[in-house]
Amino acid sequence: MAIKQLSVFVENKEGALVEVTETLAKNQIDLKALSIADTQDYGILRVIVNDIDKAKQALEENGNIVKATDVVGFAVTDETGSMSKVISILSQNGINIEYLYAFISVLRKNAYVVARVKDNDKAEKILIENGIKLITEDDIKSM
Amino acid sequence: MEKYFSKEIETASAEEIKALQDKRLVETVKRVYENVEYYRKKMDEKGVTPDDIKSTDDLYKLPLINKDDLRDAYPYGLLATDLKNCVRIHSTSGTTGKRVVAFYTQKDLDVWDECCARALTAAGADENDVVQVCYGYGLFTGGLGLHGGSQKIGSLTLPMSSGNTDRQIQFMEDFQSTVLCCTPSYASYIGECIEEKGVKDKINLKAGIFGAEAWTEEMRQDIQNKLGLKAYDIYGLTEIIGPGVAFECSAQKGMHINEDHFIAEIINPETEEVLPYGEKGELVFTCISKEAFPLLRYRTRDICVLTKEKCSCGRTLIKMAKPMGRSDDMLIVKGVNVFPSQIEMVLLNKGLTSNYQIIVDRVKSNDTIEVLVEMTPELFSDTVNDISGKEHEITEELKSVLGIYAKVRIVEPKTIVRSEGKAVRVIDKRKLY
Repeated sequence: MAIKQLSVFVENKEGALVEVTETLAKNQIDLKALSIADTQDYGILRVIVNDIDKAKQALEENGNIVKATDVVGFAVTDETGSMSKVISILSQNGINIEYLYAFISVLRKNAYVVARVKDNDKAEKILIENGIKLITEDDIKSM
Repeated sequence: MEKYFSKEIETASAEEIKALQDKRLVETVKRVYENVEYYRKKMDEKGVTPDDIKSTDDLYKLPLINKDDLRDAYPYGLLATDLKNCVRIHSTSGTTGKRVVAFYTQKDLDVWDECCARALTAAGADENDVVQVCYGYGLFTGGLGLHGGSQKIGSLTLPMSSGNTDRQIQFMEDFQSTVLCCTPSYASYIGECIEEKGVKDKINLKAGIFGAEAWTEEMRQDIQNKLGLKAYDIYGLTEIIGPGVAFECSAQKGMHINEDHFIAEIINPETEEVLPYGEKGELVFTCISKEAFPLLRYRTRDICVLTKEKCSCGRTLIKMAKPMGRSDDMLIVKGVNVFPSQIEMVLLNKGLTSNYQIIVDRVKSNDTIEVLVEMTPELFSDTVNDISGKEHEITEELKSVLGIYAKVRIVEPKTIVRSEGKAVRVIDKRKLY
């Protein structure tokens, strides 16, 4: 069920990020969502793309260090408190979130959340039990 | 009026010194040949017997040894007396992580104290002085070496060890320390802290003995201004005895070598040929009075010049200039010996590439060392926690191997310059030589 996320190591220096986004653009990779974790010396660019294998190959050929990770994706309704509700469900069930980020699909007029947790299967099971809609790789491609 | 601790030796004629050296060298070579199998083999290989060494003129016939020999013979292979006669060890880091350990009998410690006592006396200290020793105490020779010398001349000795600068300054004020012993970079740092606190008028320092790392004339002026004292250089290495192998006098121009205990030579580091006074080359020492660990013709790797000229202080002991560099890749950071190979070993053990770079700098009188490593797929993760956890492991391992903190900075792959020939592993921005 989980969706694939690609992480890219980006050093904190001029032009480092551009190089990554340019490589993706050149290879017709469509960025669906992204977030950056930054530290003093480097950043980790995390992206959800339409074609992860192609993106991974293109970046690796460019000499970047990349890593594909399974993450949990789910839809949230556009109402006050809907995000809080989901997080509280996860928290009550002992699921710690390492990081998360949200994105919006223009086509579907919906908001989605990508979450990194230790145990994907457990998190997904809990979300389903609570009536929260998960997103799949196929969903990503059609967004 | 110049003061001497061992006036007879320090002002002896060249002939008197040579006669003493001849006698002591012949005795030491005999004793080493009998007791130290490792060196005996070296002499046998070279076809030299103790009978071939009749005076210092024959010194060049003896085989040279270096840090690799200390590693090969670790820990007892170069010991020239029974372990039961030894009363202490000191230690420093070696080229590939294995430590260099030197042994001392009580008589060796007495010789060492005497060497440091000469240095302190040359800096104007006596029983009326308060000597604050802020070199590290412990396996490092700095602290206990100057400590012994200070007690020998009857000074009130403050065994502070390094660090805790607020307390150092408090003691300086409360006990009116007159002589400061530490690394030059720490002296400079203490000076800055005194300025910041605005307590310079409560400080009574008159002299400082600063060694264990390279420093320039500009640093000397800076330290003298900040601390209001006269700054003297001191030279030594654990393998030979520790600080006090050579020391500066009132002329502040080169360090007098304690020639009654150590014979100095300058060699061409490539050809190993002995060079005349005044020529630049690698400094080599032979111990002629030590019982436990009398190294013969030990290559220091320090590039240096020896001079034999009349000194305004009245001492006749030959002088060595400040070392001008190294013939190996050893770095001295915060007074600690660091070899790039030690860092490389840690990185390889942690599964990192051997492509790395070491950047040494001096920020506000403090040495800093930064290790650049390239990101690898194994090290990379999508979470900062994972990466910084691994970074922390490397930092801890480096600290345990080097004895000092080194910052690890992860950079993008293939960004550390790969040169055609010898890789540029070290960038030293301190410009000390």
